[in-house]
Amino acid sequence: MNDTLLEVRNLRTYFHTFKGTVKAVDDVSFSVERGEILAIVGESGGGKSVTGFSVIRLIEEPGVIESGEILFEGRDVMKLSEREVDRLRGKEISMIFQDPMTSLNPVYTIGRQIEESLLLHTKLNREERRKSCLDLLRSVGISNPESRLKAYPHQFSGGMRQRVVIAIALAADPKLIIADEPTTALDVTIQAQILRLMADLVRAKNRSMILVTHDLAVVSEMADRINVMYCGKIVETGSARKVIDESAHPYTKGLIDSIPDLERDRKRLNTIKGIVPNMFELPEGCNFAPRCARATEFCFGNEPRQREIGAGHWVACHFPLENAAEGACGRSGARSLPERVNERSGGVRS
Amino acid sequence: MTDTARSGRWRAFLKSEFFHNYRRSPSAVVGSILVLFVLLVAVFGPLWTVQNPYNIASLELRDAYKPPAWIEDGEARFFLGTDQQGRDMLSAIVYGSRVSLVIGVAGTLLASAIGIVLGLVAGFFGGRTDAIIMRIADIQLSFPTMLIALFLMSVLGRGVTNILISLTLVGWVRFARTVRGETLSVKKREYVEAARVIGLPNVRILFKHVLPNVFASIIVLATIQVGNFILTEATLSFLGLGVPITRPSLGMLCNNGFTVLYSGLWWVSILPGLYIMIIVFGINLLGDFLRDELNPKLK
Amino acid sequence: MFRFIVKRLFQLVLVLFAVSLIVFLFTSVMGNPVYLMVKENAPAADIQAVTAALGLDKPLPVQYAIFVKNALQGNFGKSYMNHLPALGLIVERFPATLEIVVVALLLSALIGIPCGVVSGAYPKSRFSRAVMAFSIAGISMPSFWVGMVLIYFFSLHLGVLPVSGRGTVGTLLGIRTSLATLNGWSHIVLPSVTLALGTLATIIRLTRSGMQENMKQDYVRFAKSKGVPRRTVLFGHALKNTLIPVVTIFGMQMGTLIAFTTITETIFAWPGMGKLLIDSINSLDRPIIAAYILFVAVIFVFINFIVDILYVFIDPRIDLQ
Repeated sequence: MNDTLLEVRNLRTYFHTFKGTVKAVDDVSFSVERGEILAIVGESGGGKSVTGFSVIRLIEEPGVIESGEILFEGRDVMKLSEREVDRLRGKEISMIFQDPMTSLNPVYTIGRQIEESLLLHTKLNREERRKSCLDLLRSVGISNPESRLKAYPHQFSGGMRQRVVIAIALAADPKLIIADEPTTALDVTIQAQILRLMADLVRAKNRSMILVTHDLAVVSEMADRINVMYCGKIVETGSARKVIDESAHPYTKGLIDSIPDLERDRKRLNTIKGIVPNMFELPEGCNFAPRCARATEFCFGNEPRQREIGAGHWVACHFPLENAAEGACGRSGARSLPERVNERSGGVRS
Repeated sequence: MTDTARSGRWRAFLKSEFFHNYRRSPSAVVGSILVLFVLLVAVFGPLWTVQNPYNIASLELRDAYKPPAWIEDGEARFFLGTDQQGRDMLSAIVYGSRVSLVIGVAGTLLASAIGIVLGLVAGFFGGRTDAIIMRIADIQLSFPTMLIALFLMSVLGRGVTNILISLTLVGWVRFARTVRGETLSVKKREYVEAARVIGLPNVRILFKHVLPNVFASIIVLATIQVGNFILTEATLSFLGLGVPITRPSLGMLCNNGFTVLYSGLWWVSILPGLYIMIIVFGINLLGDFLRDELNPKLK
Repeated sequence: MFRFIVKRLFQLVLVLFAVSLIVFLFTSVMGNPVYLMVKENAPAADIQAVTAALGLDKPLPVQYAIFVKNALQGNFGKSYMNHLPALGLIVERFPATLEIVVVALLLSALIGIPCGVVSGAYPKSRFSRAVMAFSIAGISMPSFWVGMVLIYFFSLHLGVLPVSGRGTVGTLLGIRTSLATLNGWSHIVLPSVTLALGTLATIIRLTRSGMQENMKQDYVRFAKSKGVPRRTVLFGHALKNTLIPVVTIFGMQMGTLIAFTTITETIFAWPGMGKLLIDSINSLDRPIIAAYILFVAVIFVFINFIVDILYVFIDPRIDLQ
């Protein structure tokens, strides 16, 4: 059996607005294996969320999926009818949204909202559905699920609501879960809990996950592979270890360097110079060139294509960073990324 | 402003998203055409009308009861027919629309002025002032405006000034509430805090910082209120509680025409009423467009 | 919950007192009814006698106190015109007004809500555009004009419906109403349609914009990601959120409808309390005006109160604990 669950080829999702066309996702290709957690990282507006939405064709005006193939278990999602896509959503691929305060319908009980997924995608009878709802709530760490079924979303805190959302996403036992910045809207103290919960649930049933986030710290603990996106393109992709420890793209390195190290960096925080370009007027050549310390004239004039620089490690850069020593551990005395991350979040992995 | 600066601004406006949406919206274009037409008629109409219907000497009884020109027995001179005293309906409508429009616009200006001031005060100073003003507003809003206006006019008696007083007393509430809401949200923004820290006098802060932000909502509300006031005044006048007989508005003309409606002389009442609808329809189309354009950006 | 009700009731009473004060003050400056009751050139003694009989020689606060005391007993004095008890006259004519208001409300709800929902769910459709145009036109038409056009067209021109007046009264479900007879219905059609038009347009617009706004919410997108088909998203998820505020709208609209019966009843010579009010204003019949305003104020306040309570029940977000 093929191990590749999802394969995206040459995806292009553009937004046609009055001011011009934004190429939110511009010729993006990647794949997700069974049981794998793929992280898509980048700054806001880099196209990562739109990529996630595109996979289940949840793009609305003025956005349009212009071209590309989205092969899920061999079938092209782009060629499915509206009804077939509805059957795919929730059952095979489900999504967890960013803001738990607005994801749930305020006028329906949470029991009903979980049950909706079951009604749509399973053939369970009433008793079985109820039991399933209770089990789901328990599995996401909500105690006393019986009393919760009849509760309304506003009676829950943000963290609890996100757990409910996770329960809904898992209700019909999907193979792939797309999580769009699932912890960004939550308190820092809750973030680690929710992430650990998600990781556990995904691994338990050998499910796959696409984790969209701007937070590299989160990613380093959970992800198997990482795609780094900038201005609609994937600039680096590879296993999590490689991308973090042996970053090849200056942007990736910039992201990693900008995570504060509480012990060491006492003076100024590292940042990536410059600001994200205006998406209506992207530069010619490499999109990152204006902010890159290593850019040459060649970079400004020619758009870099992805090339393989290691096993499964690709980068879109004319002058990628050379070796592991220049990665996060390059400077003597600097602590490794996992060390910095663990301190910050109190340890996702116990 | 220099010529180049002026033309630069104009060009920027023409390229703006607002103008682009305006051109593509049939309701906006139709609405503005209607409003423009109505304004032109009101301002320049009297130059072209066959007679001045207020000048009793120019009326002749033998011209009475003539139907509109396209019906048998009609005359081209009295294109929309005449009423029971020989008044040409077209002229009457033109003159009547002037009264209706003036009352509508003046009423809106007055109501908005008072409403804006009260709203700014309530939102900016908060506390008790806010509570009192809003309490009154809420109570007033729980009663239909038409009834309040009716009651006020019955006490004050007919007359243009009285109508304006009534409209103001009825209309300030909407403005006050909207402005108060916006003021509250602007108040929390940093530049207002900064201005207060520097020690700018409150009035200055209100006018220079808060007001410009509230502007868009006020424009939308004012546009729609003109239409509402025209309808309110028309209804009051129709009931005999509005303008005096000497200054007939369109509503008053309908009142006059109603008495002869059952005899089959429909044009005396139906046509002025139709014109009221045209005026308010144009205003509402424009108002709707403005609201759709200006509001989401504020949020 | 109980405390909430009590609080609202208290506010209700306060508002009524405020209204009574305003009504009293204003009506006391409306002309001098004494002159309506005495002959021309009556001697001073007569005028004095009538003034005393009407209680108008006492100081204002005392008059107000008497006014309130009487009002609480339902006594608003006798009409200056026909010397019958004011409140009685109004109550007598209330059922007729209620008939057209109820029919108008039903019409606008039954037509308006579905139209608004469908038009908001499919905003670019031809149906939606037509509904939009109609509703903007609907709120631009003066209601008296609508009445006149309908009369001219259906009664005078086509002759299919009666020109004015109320139909024969029968008994339906134990109530005496003109809705019990076919003749009654033929008379009620035009007035209630005239009355309904403004409300219909308003309800359509509000429902439509509510639907559109709700469709943009996050939970709608989340529901779609669950695989909920579009139709269910529209009518299952967005609709319930849209309909909740419509309840308050209804409350307000009832008030507006009652206000506009003044015009409708005048045009159609419908024997309701609206027409009574207009006639009383023209003849400066103070007791009736005062009685009407307070009667109607009680109705409005009561409606608002009911709507508030209802809202607590239907909107799950409201927690009174």
